[in-house]
Amino acid sequence: MSDVITLAHGSGGHKTGELISEVFRKNLGNEYFTSDDAAVMPAPEGRIAMSTDGFIVSPWEFPGGNIGKLSVCGTVNDLACMGAKPLYLTCSYVIEEGFPISELEKVAQAMGETARKAGVKIVAGDTKVAGKGQVDQIFITTAGVGVIPDGVNMSGAYAKPGDKIIVTGDVGRHGTTILLARGDYGIDAEVTSDCAPLWNEVEAALGVCPGIHVIRDATRGGVGTVMYEITEQSDVGVKLDREKIPVDDAVRGVTGMLGLEPLYLACEGTMVMICPAEYADKVVEALHGCEHGKGAAIIGEITEENKGRVVMTTEIGGMTYLPKPGNELLPRIC
Amino acid sequence: MSANITDPIEFLKNYDGPEIRIMEVCGTHTHEIFRQGVRRLLSPKIHLISGPGCPVCVTPVNFIDEAVFLALEKGCTITTFGDLVRVPGSKMSLAGARAKGANVKVVYSPADAEKYAEEHPEEQVVFLSVGFETTTPSDVIAVKRAAGAGIDNFSLLTANKTMPGAYEAMASSCDAYIYPGHVHAIIGTKICEDELAKGVSGVITGFTGDELVTALAIIVKKFSEGKPFFVNAYPRVVTDEGSPAAVALVDKFMEPCDAEWRGIGVIPGSGMQLRDEYAAYDARKKYDVPAMNPDYKTACRCGDVLQGKIEPNQCPLFGKACNPDHPVGACMVSDEGACSAFYMYGGEI
Repeated sequence: MSDVITLAHGSGGHKTGELISEVFRKNLGNEYFTSDDAAVMPAPEGRIAMSTDGFIVSPWEFPGGNIGKLSVCGTVNDLACMGAKPLYLTCSYVIEEGFPISELEKVAQAMGETARKAGVKIVAGDTKVAGKGQVDQIFITTAGVGVIPDGVNMSGAYAKPGDKIIVTGDVGRHGTTILLARGDYGIDAEVTSDCAPLWNEVEAALGVCPGIHVIRDATRGGVGTVMYEITEQSDVGVKLDREKIPVDDAVRGVTGMLGLEPLYLACEGTMVMICPAEYADKVVEALHGCEHGKGAAIIGEITEENKGRVVMTTEIGGMTYLPKPGNELLPRIC
Repeated sequence: MSANITDPIEFLKNYDGPEIRIMEVCGTHTHEIFRQGVRRLLSPKIHLISGPGCPVCVTPVNFIDEAVFLALEKGCTITTFGDLVRVPGSKMSLAGARAKGANVKVVYSPADAEKYAEEHPEEQVVFLSVGFETTTPSDVIAVKRAAGAGIDNFSLLTANKTMPGAYEAMASSCDAYIYPGHVHAIIGTKICEDELAKGVSGVITGFTGDELVTALAIIVKKFSEGKPFFVNAYPRVVTDEGSPAAVALVDKFMEPCDAEWRGIGVIPGSGMQLRDEYAAYDARKKYDVPAMNPDYKTACRCGDVLQGKIEPNQCPLFGKACNPDHPVGACMVSDEGACSAFYMYGGEI
């Protein structure tokens, strides 16, 4: 096989077949992975959730992951946010002519590993090759289907005054990682993306509290944007305690230097969960028992007052508004 | 009142002495005061004024017009910190100039701008040199490096400012200053002692919430004692002599000049410009930039905000015609601007 992707790899001819068998089937293959026009699987019982997401992160490889891992985590986590156990994914690649096949192998490997970890099967895919300069290296779109257990019913509109707000881990790590990986600021810091599939964490939380009202993954726009979305969807206020918000020391250092708010930087392995107060400690305890929930913490509560606003108690005991989400801080973070 | 303050926040909350006006003159202080919700912790007798310490906020309309002139008329590549791109000039901002074809690049340091010039010898690169004592040394280092490497397509459009003149000019607007910790890390504390001799009070402090409330408590307590005062409450960073090396470096390349502060006017001797020996790096001289006389009228009351005459939300444009997406005044542009901070964190809770 040649060393780099050429237009022929996207032609549908034998080069495409070579790529599928030597790169994709090898890393992603399972009993449903198909060469036919559509994958055929048994229908799950109950309600299904379906989601799709495009990934154009730059750089495509970063400390803690790459675009392949991210593209699996993103869709798995979107499904998990509806309480859906992820079952099947499809993936569609747009690759720039000249992209090294050894790098594509890395991407496919990361997708395979992450999918196995998340318990989801990649069943179908598509590869297109665009001419040099027409895309930036590699873009991936994944779509997924999951099944929602009976009794689970979540939406951003279901937050109630008195509910507690939980984050499953520290905030702003993915955004900070990408910002540093681009090298624009010349800052060296040990920050690794939190990128991770979180179905196990959601399952554990639902295990102790099937009636969780809201789960959101705090990707683009971070936890801060999720909070403002919830205030609108549920017509409530939010009160956060800044001291309780977990932030990695290096992330705190970098964002402090650059004047950025960690609450507005993307997470790819941290979710926001909103549940009735009496279950909050149990949910946090359950999360602490999971691989990606060790840093889980209650960071605030839903309020009747201050509708549409996010109020924060500060380190010195003051009160302030969390500024509303502004312009996109960083394009192409996921 | 007790001799020692054990809990500065309680002390500031319960203060019931004469009204006191305290001005912070550093944009980072302004931002942190709002971010920490400090104002809401204070007794109604204590008034905080966000003074002219954000370099973007005090950059005059003239300066933006000069930069636009260099970009559009002289075809220069403008390199600048991001905030300045959106500051309105008399006709347009640099963002507007960019839409008309100007080459405007955002950089993160003057060193990056100098490096860009080195890598693009076919372009005439001008760096917008704004800031106070803290940032001026890095502007000078970029010129030093360009001079050393024989780079002749790099220059500064200077609007560098120094604080002491502003302390004098604004003294009647407040009872005491929160002096900017980082400025005094460079210039030391002598200037504060000199101000004290003229009856001007203040406390140097750092940038955390705890450091700010401690400084405020010291100010309020000393103020109640009725005598002018000066305290360096940031001794781990600010020494009496400051950084003589940085001061000497700036002095080699630059000299004081009169400077216009947006909304306040000209403060004699409060600016810095390149010395004649370095005229080749002074964009005004290099490109014969004509004097700008903008016939610029606006209802924006930035100047009154910076002097503490009004709160940002008392400006008729605040939050309406002027907001962070569409700033009319410079104070609404930078995160460190008084109006922007008030808009983002403000309002009653």
